[in-house]
Amino acid sequence: MSDATVKTVAMPASTRNGDGNGSKGPRRQLAISVLRYNPQDPASVPHMQTYALEEADGMTLFIALNEIRERQDASLQFDFVCRAGICGSCAMVINGRPTLACRTLTKNLGAEITLAPLPFFELIGDLSVNTGKWMRGMSERLEGWLHMANPDPDLTRLEQRMEPELADRIYELDRCIECGCCVAACGTARMREDFVGAVGLNRVARFRLDPRDTRNDADFYDVIGDDNGVFGCMSLLACHDVCPKDLPLATQIAFMRRKMAAEGIR
Amino acid sequence: MKVVYTDVLVVGGGLAGLRIAIGAKRRGHDVIILSLVPPKRSHSAAAQGGMQASLANVIKGQGDTEDIHFEDTVRGSDWGADQQVVRMFVNTAPKAVRELAAWGVPWSRVRKGDRDVIINGQKVTITERDEAHGLVAQRDFGGTKKWRTCYVSDGTGHAMLQTMSDQAIGAAIPVHERVEAIALIHDGGRCYGAIVRNLITGELVAYVARATAIASGGAGRLYAVTTNAVICEGIGSALALETGIASLGNMEAVQFHPTAIFPAGILVTEGCRGDGGLLKDVDGHRFMPDYEPEKKELASRDVVSRRMEEHIAKGKGVRNRFGEHLWLDITLLGEKHIRHNLREVFEICHYFLGVDPTKEWIPVRPAQHYTMGGVRTDYTGQSPTLKGLYAAGEAACWDMHGFNRLGGNSVAETVVAGMIVGEYIADYCDRPESEVDIPTRLVHDFLRREQGKLDVLIDGRGTEDSAALRIAMQETMTAKVGIFRRGGDLESAVADLQKLLQRSRNIGLKCKARGANPELVTAYRVQKMLKVALCVAYGALTRTESRGAHFRQDFPRRNDADWLKRTLATWKAESDTLPSLAYEALDVGRMELPPGWRGYGAKDYIDHPDTPQRAAAVEALKQKMADAPRFAVQESLMPYESLLPERYRGRNERIDEPLGGQK
Repeated sequence: MSDATVKTVAMPASTRNGDGNGSKGPRRQLAISVLRYNPQDPASVPHMQTYALEEADGMTLFIALNEIRERQDASLQFDFVCRAGICGSCAMVINGRPTLACRTLTKNLGAEITLAPLPFFELIGDLSVNTGKWMRGMSERLEGWLHMANPDPDLTRLEQRMEPELADRIYELDRCIECGCCVAACGTARMREDFVGAVGLNRVARFRLDPRDTRNDADFYDVIGDDNGVFGCMSLLACHDVCPKDLPLATQIAFMRRKMAAEGIR
Repeated sequence: MKVVYTDVLVVGGGLAGLRIAIGAKRRGHDVIILSLVPPKRSHSAAAQGGMQASLANVIKGQGDTEDIHFEDTVRGSDWGADQQVVRMFVNTAPKAVRELAAWGVPWSRVRKGDRDVIINGQKVTITERDEAHGLVAQRDFGGTKKWRTCYVSDGTGHAMLQTMSDQAIGAAIPVHERVEAIALIHDGGRCYGAIVRNLITGELVAYVARATAIASGGAGRLYAVTTNAVICEGIGSALALETGIASLGNMEAVQFHPTAIFPAGILVTEGCRGDGGLLKDVDGHRFMPDYEPEKKELASRDVVSRRMEEHIAKGKGVRNRFGEHLWLDITLLGEKHIRHNLREVFEICHYFLGVDPTKEWIPVRPAQHYTMGGVRTDYTGQSPTLKGLYAAGEAACWDMHGFNRLGGNSVAETVVAGMIVGEYIADYCDRPESEVDIPTRLVHDFLRREQGKLDVLIDGRGTEDSAALRIAMQETMTAKVGIFRRGGDLESAVADLQKLLQRSRNIGLKCKARGANPELVTAYRVQKMLKVALCVAYGALTRTESRGAHFRQDFPRRNDADWLKRTLATWKAESDTLPSLAYEALDVGRMELPPGWRGYGAKDYIDHPDTPQRAAAVEALKQKMADAPRFAVQESLMPYESLLPERYRGRNERIDEPLGGQK
């Protein structure tokens, strides 16, 4: 595969899925540079490759990357699933900042765009990283599921009641989409590969808040009461800044640190 | 060659697949889930609005029961559904909500006292009962007589999938991520697992199992404009179809959702209309009451989508550079409600349209949304023709949706079917005759056959471009097999798709990598997708009536006399370019709710000759049993409880229907 800039194809930008095209007037020529590397291929070495393409109305990086793959370079690897900003598959580093590619409109970026895979996670190839494998491991370590007093409740009976505000507060923390942006932006994660990240600490905060979970602070201390957990956080707060779901990560981590410190002293 | 053995192999890590796995594991069977993506990224997460279950907690849901949910679902299906399966479903849905409430889903809850809501464009104050405080809340949705849709803000599917996936991790169920089943292993009578390709390394592995469950979701990506995630390509259905033995049911039944943002096709939830949002045209006129005075914006999705397209065809659409659309106005719901209860909608409008929905109207137009058809199963979820093959969720034709699914019944089906089918799979695995007893030679034959096909794609001298074939298929489906269908268009679509299928047998690749290779993936998938697309188009061409979401302009009436039957498509030989169609009649004589008018949409239809007699018999029985409990009446009309696994039988408690101390 040459790293030469590939000529813009003759067809106008994608009109499929109604995602693009239609306007009059001159369009911008975009230069999208991608950090490419395929660890499966012994001959592959990391390098930047630049693709030229014509911008279209409403063009997102989802549309742009698919167009590049369909028309210019069939080997380019990246991940999209929902393409609506809700599944967390497409996090990548866009002009130096981790975020979701699917809902990033090219018109909000300069004509030269640089894309790199999320750091920290295992690289599958090009822009594709194995967040799923890491998230599963993190979840297993933290026991990231609700621990029930009775896993087999009588389903014919009325459900247990919960205060409406509490349900809303739990959902607020449950909105995490495990995209990995917080970990990719994290200073501690650079130094400690076993750091559970804001995503992990937020999970624990979510279960701690949930009265249906039978665990207490001593149990939570067991899984996050060390430097790979809540005491590893240096409060740089990049996680909070980059979270595409605007989760209150800084607040949650500070809160959990206080609770866990209190638990540690006991 | 590598072979992995397990008891249950689940293809798909969304809600249905995860729930099957949890159920089978709890019964002591080993389970492996295969998933294209990390399970929490599955398309189940996209269900925003909610899950129907007749809990009757909110005041606008008071009086709701399984009976009303049943009738709404059957009417929604335009009488295409299997009514016994619908009964199994509606009785289990409340149990599913309650199970998930125990497992961790933060369902939105009822707050006692007054609250303002928007109903029919007007602000109304309703008062929630003290005794409902803290129970799971319900909102209004299309095609329902009561407020029945349980929800978690507008991230219902996301929250359900988080909890379900977490519980699967807690149960130590292995999920093999970034792998793809590319063929089922079978001997013509029984399914024994699948040949699976690792999407990172390209390695093929045989997974041999007693039972195999397809829970891979729908086939929205057959179309160019769809709300579906990019992984919803109908591959699970194609795997069943390619056995030549298992059949696909009602593939022509394709739902178009009224409110996809225009032009990107991304869904904004039915909850927008359920919570009081209005559809408006180029003049700012609210047009739905002109067409549907009874249900207005909240008729079923097939009806609302058709009315919208009809209104656009009358010149009432809003024209912009991408084409024509209508408006969804939710500004009347107020900023607080939108930012709190419809936050995903707010985000989608903000990021993809640059629109603030608290102040501006949202451009919308119907887009492909749901695949009612799928792998035909019996009530246990098993293929009637290929033993050991199960299916559940959108990938299945179980068949509770018939020709149109109600909003809120899809995530409900995933979990309910997962519960029920999981039990039946466990029963199947418990039986000694379900031991895997095939010669390894069969497994190796399948592995070699699939490797051979991939080798031809990679090393062959094909010249066709797989991405181009895919685009052509999607454009054909959207242009000719859409909301309004005509014989001529359908004939032309079938001919086009046949040509594309033949061309797909001559694909050549630019990228020859044997490991991760997106072009290779497109190539083998488009070969499968074209077969599924042909089932849709050919089924639509052959069905010369209109029913639910299948609307023929040249045959606009529902025709029960000739078409009260389910389409079954099989693919007999690899060299075929058309599916073989057969039909399975629905028995009016056994229906609890005989065919009639849906309460919205077209009023004229052609009766089945047995309908008057059955309708009279049902009416007579209801009168005779006027004083009997509703359960007794139901039991006399159409018994179904024996079809449920014992674990999920029993009545559902409600505030107004206490169970007492009997348990």
